[in-house]
Amino acid sequence: MIRKVRQHINQNEPLLFERSSPGKGGYQLPALDVPAVDAAAVLGRDKTRTEIEDFPEVSEVEAIRHFTRLSTHNYAIDLGLYPLGSCTMKYNPRVNEQVARIEGLAWAHPYQPETLAQGILEVMGTLEKMLAEITGMDAVSLQPAAGAHGEFTGILMIRALLESRGNPRKRLLIPDSAHGTNPATATMAGYAVENIKSNDCGMVDLEALARSMDEDVAALMITNPNTLGVFEQNITRIAELLHAKGALVYMDGANMNALVGVARPGDFGVDVMHLNLHKTFSTPHGGGGPGSGPVAVKKPLAPFLPKPTLQKSDGRWSWNYDRPQSIGRVRAYYGNVGMHIRALAYILAHGGDGLRNATLDAVLNATYIRKLVEPYYDLPHTAATMHECVFSDERQAKRGVRTGDIAKRLIDYGFHPYTVSFPLIVRGAMMIEPTETESKAELDLFIDALISIAKEVDEDPETVLKAPHHTRTSRVDEVAAARRPIVRWRNERVPSNRSRTAGSGG
Amino acid sequence: MLAAIGATTLEDLFSQLPPEVRLKRPLAIAPGQSEYEIVDYFRRRGEENANGYASFLGAGVYQHYRPVLVDTIVSRGEFLTSYTPYQAEIAQGTLTTIFEFQTMICQLTGMEVANASMYDGSTAVPEAAMMAMRITGRDRVVAARTVHPEYREVLQTYAQHQGMPVVESSYAPDSGALDFADLESKLDDQTAAVVIQSPNFFGIVEDVRRAAELAHRRGALLIVVFSEAVSLGILEPPRDADIVAGELQSFAISPVYGGPFAGVIATKEKFMRQLPGRLVGETKDTRGNRAFCLTLATREQHIRREKATSNICTNQALIALMATVFMTVYGKLGLRELAEQNLAKAHYLAGKLPLRFSGPFFNEFVASTNGRSPDEINETLLGKKIIGGLALGRFYPELGNTMLLCATEMSRRQELDAVGEVFAQ
Repeated sequence: MIRKVRQHINQNEPLLFERSSPGKGGYQLPALDVPAVDAAAVLGRDKTRTEIEDFPEVSEVEAIRHFTRLSTHNYAIDLGLYPLGSCTMKYNPRVNEQVARIEGLAWAHPYQPETLAQGILEVMGTLEKMLAEITGMDAVSLQPAAGAHGEFTGILMIRALLESRGNPRKRLLIPDSAHGTNPATATMAGYAVENIKSNDCGMVDLEALARSMDEDVAALMITNPNTLGVFEQNITRIAELLHAKGALVYMDGANMNALVGVARPGDFGVDVMHLNLHKTFSTPHGGGGPGSGPVAVKKPLAPFLPKPTLQKSDGRWSWNYDRPQSIGRVRAYYGNVGMHIRALAYILAHGGDGLRNATLDAVLNATYIRKLVEPYYDLPHTAATMHECVFSDERQAKRGVRTGDIAKRLIDYGFHPYTVSFPLIVRGAMMIEPTETESKAELDLFIDALISIAKEVDEDPETVLKAPHHTRTSRVDEVAAARRPIVRWRNERVPSNRSRTAGSGG
Repeated sequence: MLAAIGATTLEDLFSQLPPEVRLKRPLAIAPGQSEYEIVDYFRRRGEENANGYASFLGAGVYQHYRPVLVDTIVSRGEFLTSYTPYQAEIAQGTLTTIFEFQTMICQLTGMEVANASMYDGSTAVPEAAMMAMRITGRDRVVAARTVHPEYREVLQTYAQHQGMPVVESSYAPDSGALDFADLESKLDDQTAAVVIQSPNFFGIVEDVRRAAELAHRRGALLIVVFSEAVSLGILEPPRDADIVAGELQSFAISPVYGGPFAGVIATKEKFMRQLPGRLVGETKDTRGNRAFCLTLATREQHIRREKATSNICTNQALIALMATVFMTVYGKLGLRELAEQNLAKAHYLAGKLPLRFSGPFFNEFVASTNGRSPDEINETLLGKKIIGGLALGRFYPELGNTMLLCATEMSRRQELDAVGEVFAQ
């Protein structure tokens, strides 16, 4: 039975371009207090445009209705459980949003004098210190803009360290359960990828790893807990294997929400890792970014951190550009500082104990879902669950219903689906990460929904195959979208003024 | 809940962790604070920064007014707290706004397709260069020295392990624009792309068409970079470019000490499959209604893994939404008027200062400090609660006695006059 939602009226909304009428706008500019300048005269007629063809023309009211109506076509954490595995969709505290908009912080220019930027540098320096404590690493750079960007930064540092020892080496070992960003990153950093098989428990196969180890291996990119939500129990042994051959251990910190306050990568052999502030540290996902992907390293890698690095002496913060071994910049300025502010607010609000409690609750919630859903869906890897659990659609697939169909049916029950078909090592994967945010009541509704859908698959598979039924948009034809891509709106009418503007490049 | 899962304490849930990896002490982080204490902490940090100063800094990060509607919209939880729209049926809000964003970026830049955003302008540049490598099968890149110096540093970082040599071409010492003779001499048959910026780092509007002709004659692509998006309200768009890589910070994105911003890559339709990043396309649902979804995912890391066009996953959707709302609020007429105001303010200020270059400029320009050090002038300005220009010697040793100044619609006439007076002293 569907208990969480019922249907309600929801406004239609055309595209902005279809709403436009000539002459409308929602802006007000102050009166110009200096003489106007003729653009064509100072820039040259051939370098100026007469208009931005087909650009929107709507009033302020039309604009706010447009975006508000569209917003109601979205599901969001603010509406309920959003159990996308590996994405850590936790509550985004609003105090974070408020403090990130404080004028002295929000309007700080990256080139303003350091003497007039001590407040923001103190925020960044404090965050670096806390992330080092949480990860057990020695130094942190906040420069990378997202998780994948942090991976890239980390692997470049590994390459630079190995190069300084005489040989950058050729290959990165990556478990077959890894995020797609890992192999893509390896390629961008000039390394070949060798996949390492997982064993039956869903962990890195030590023997396979040992067989692959030689002096051409630069590093292992490991996610811990891995994408099955399983802690790599042999992690210290794995690190020893790598280190014995002069190779390094990179940890993808996407799943750090399972470890904060309980275990530290720096204590189990990791040399360099990234964190996703938009996962573990609650900065909003924003419909797909911005993220922030700080990197944390052990001492030997510190000289290679992106430049500039932050330093404090005599009570004053400053940027240090004198970093001869640095891999260089991975981004202009100093990173997604607005996200650093939010992440620090999250850490301050929780404190050390609160952070650890969040980890315990996240693991409790995932384990609870696993236990109650296990009788109804296949669980291919039975090792203890940490922050997420991964089921398979194997049982339902026998009746022609796949993970993607079950996901769509969950929408009818009022939930965002889990992560579909990932990790790749599980057939028909259903990857569920509830986070610590959810109450037992919300989890129970979700569990009931999954159980109810399992029954529907047995009794009435068509209902599941054609889901969602209750949404304003029914199942979307993604195949057609890819076959004939339409990636922008075009004006089907021939504008009356096109001939007039054609000559002047309007 | 513990009973349901057969555990007695929360600690039981971690029994699979080997004892040697467990943290055996509390984190050395102070106890949690109340909301008031947190707001107070950050308010104090804000007060330690520049407050109440007028600023003439530009150099890739511009002070433009942020219409109130922007934060009204991006604060809606439905946009703020959703994620990448993998499930199109319950993400039409985000998908539709991205489709509109892609369209408006095309209208602004004169390109045919645009992606859903990149991290920022600086990372869009190497991504565009790698795209040009894939399209041309060549590996060399020629970048103008008038491209933002930090963008070029990022390009170097990305290029070093791609087997992508980056050669720099100089600027004309009188105009501050591209030195076409030097650019031509740097091109060869292995050149994948020429990278220029317009308006360039000195604020000068480049001759994009001529650069395109030079690049195309040698079979290379032209990548045009922009960091001041407001300029596109008045400038002829870089239609002759093959790829446009830009920064949208000017569109209602707070400076926040350098980020988060939103970059974008736009290109010709024939190169669409080489784009990095997310792309939203139009389709229909089973009831025949128009709908949008992520498309051409076979370019991306989660499908292609090591053969993907980029490792980018999360981009800057919420920031791109800020830009989308900004473009909507200003619209066709407003963006033009805004650009005209910027042009007028900068030219008013420039009229009071000795200009280093003669090329046409939009809202920033290089002033000579006539033998005085830029730092000395900036110190004097700070005394008047004005943050002056960026001393260029830091990036261009040959421009030691110059600074880059920017004026926008937020610069008041009395502040412009004050800068003029300090220079005249």
